[in-house]
Amino acid sequence: MSLTSLTAKELGKKIKEKEISVKEAVNDTLDAIEKKEDKVNSFVTVADKDALLKKAEEVQKKIGEGTLGGPLAGVPIAVKDNMCIKGLLTTCSSKILEGFVPSYTAEAVKNLEDAGAIVIGKTNMDEFAMGSTTETSAYGATKNPWNLDHVPGGSSGGSCSGVAAEECVCALGSDTGGSIRQPSAFCGVTGIKPTYGTVSRYGLIAYGSSLDQIGPVAKDVTDCALILETISSYDRKDSTSMKREGLDFTSALKDDVKGMKIGIPRDYFGEGLDGEVSQAVKGAAKVLEEKGAVLEEFDLGLVEYAIPAYYVIACAEASSNLARFDGVKYGYRAKEYEGLHNMYKKSRSEGFGTEVKRRIMLGSFVLSSGYYDAYYLKALRTKALIKKEFDKAFSKYDMILGPAAPSTAPKLGSSLDDPMKMYLGDIYTVSVNLAGLPGISLPCGMDKKGLPIGLQLIGDCFQEKNIIQAAYAYECTREYRHSPLSDVYQVGGRR
Amino acid sequence: MANQISDDTIEYVGILAKLELSPQEKERAKKDMEEMLDYIDKLNELDVSGVEPMSHVFPVNNVFREDIPTDIDGSKDALFNAPSVKNGGFEVPKTIG
Repeated sequence: MSLTSLTAKELGKKIKEKEISVKEAVNDTLDAIEKKEDKVNSFVTVADKDALLKKAEEVQKKIGEGTLGGPLAGVPIAVKDNMCIKGLLTTCSSKILEGFVPSYTAEAVKNLEDAGAIVIGKTNMDEFAMGSTTETSAYGATKNPWNLDHVPGGSSGGSCSGVAAEECVCALGSDTGGSIRQPSAFCGVTGIKPTYGTVSRYGLIAYGSSLDQIGPVAKDVTDCALILETISSYDRKDSTSMKREGLDFTSALKDDVKGMKIGIPRDYFGEGLDGEVSQAVKGAAKVLEEKGAVLEEFDLGLVEYAIPAYYVIACAEASSNLARFDGVKYGYRAKEYEGLHNMYKKSRSEGFGTEVKRRIMLGSFVLSSGYYDAYYLKALRTKALIKKEFDKAFSKYDMILGPAAPSTAPKLGSSLDDPMKMYLGDIYTVSVNLAGLPGISLPCGMDKKGLPIGLQLIGDCFQEKNIIQAAYAYECTREYRHSPLSDVYQVGGRR
Repeated sequence: MANQISDDTIEYVGILAKLELSPQEKERAKKDMEEMLDYIDKLNELDVSGVEPMSHVFPVNNVFREDIPTDIDGSKDALFNAPSVKNGGFEVPKTIG
């Protein structure tokens, strides 16, 4: 059995108790990647083996000396390819960043490395995190470990497929409009998008800066809480980093939901929601009710306005953030051009993919003179109204429960032709980013095709512990289902 | 389609976005943008008069620090990824005639 079938906590414990060495953990992870990568394509880059083994030795030494004693010491972790790591190729899955090797490391990754975790490689994603299927990557699509004809979701598709395929025990993803929660749901793993400002964005290549957050992807709630606790920190290098209390997320791992008030938005169970998904999510709600939670249906309001507001804001910010890719300082430069401006234009036009160009164009339009008020400011006003709706809800409930996505993973090649339809798939996730809230997605069943279904719990700002506790309590009632690419997979069975 | 994007508009947005689209890409961009804007027009159903635009959910203010010179030469790191380097600087095509 591969060590990658374990959780990060289990693996860390074995390392701590000297049952296995850090080197063994690294070697096992590399073997798993080599064995499965042809099938799933979760990684853009796997770190150099010699460098990894050297790092493993260093960490092992520190564990021996007692200077590293945390639960993640020696645990290999994968990182989405939009986080800069010193000396490691970072592409955002785009041609425009081919060959880019950062000179510094993202704060969230640095926090992990300080805790002794070892970055094993960089995971595939939708180009610049723009997409919901990981098909817009310039380095090929990632496949869903549950069914290789289906997408893993996106944009953190590589992180989620890597964990589900058991190429690695855990990963970091990023979430701008659902990019951790939706692929977690599609791949049958657990992921958290924390409250905006909880994890530093320093070193995260920006898409929509006011929405982007880094978060964990893992097999269970415990690992996610553990990783989130490790990566969260106040960072003066990120101007929107929050000085906040209560980052001891693992303290919320309690099997107790008695008296917790859970609101269920009727608007999340209406038209467009797949019947099997609806049934599974309602089933999960029932489990929490049986464990003592108090459920109540309510009208959230403004749900249908979240997607248009989100796309205006995200594309506007993207058009500004991606202006830095001009063929001068890093990345791709066109081979032939006439003069400076033509060099900019050609480098960008040849370097960016279709979806990225589509969003930059829309973003440039809504920010242009004459349209700024009608589109951009209007979207920001709508965002204020959406936030108010959530404030109202959280004055009554400890959390909101719903699906993570309206369906299970679609087939490869069936989404990109109709971008509008793809955007509508973000209906249950984008408003969480607009309002800066924390959200968790975890498995709650399978559909008839054998694809995982995700349950989403949404908390009020800074109240991650509520959703972690409820998610943990729910998880205690079930066993983790390993994907067909796991060494311990059993047909129709459990661990 | 309620929204009509003219050739001039696509041309103008291309200038703002610093993108050079092929004729086929332009047609596709027009169609995509019209479709998106029709959908975004849904926001017009909302009465947002008197609502302040919210750029950040929390009252975050810019973080300032003293501008203290330090003696670290990061130029080698900064230039490492440049497509073209000359005399310790980024090389670009001639900009002044």
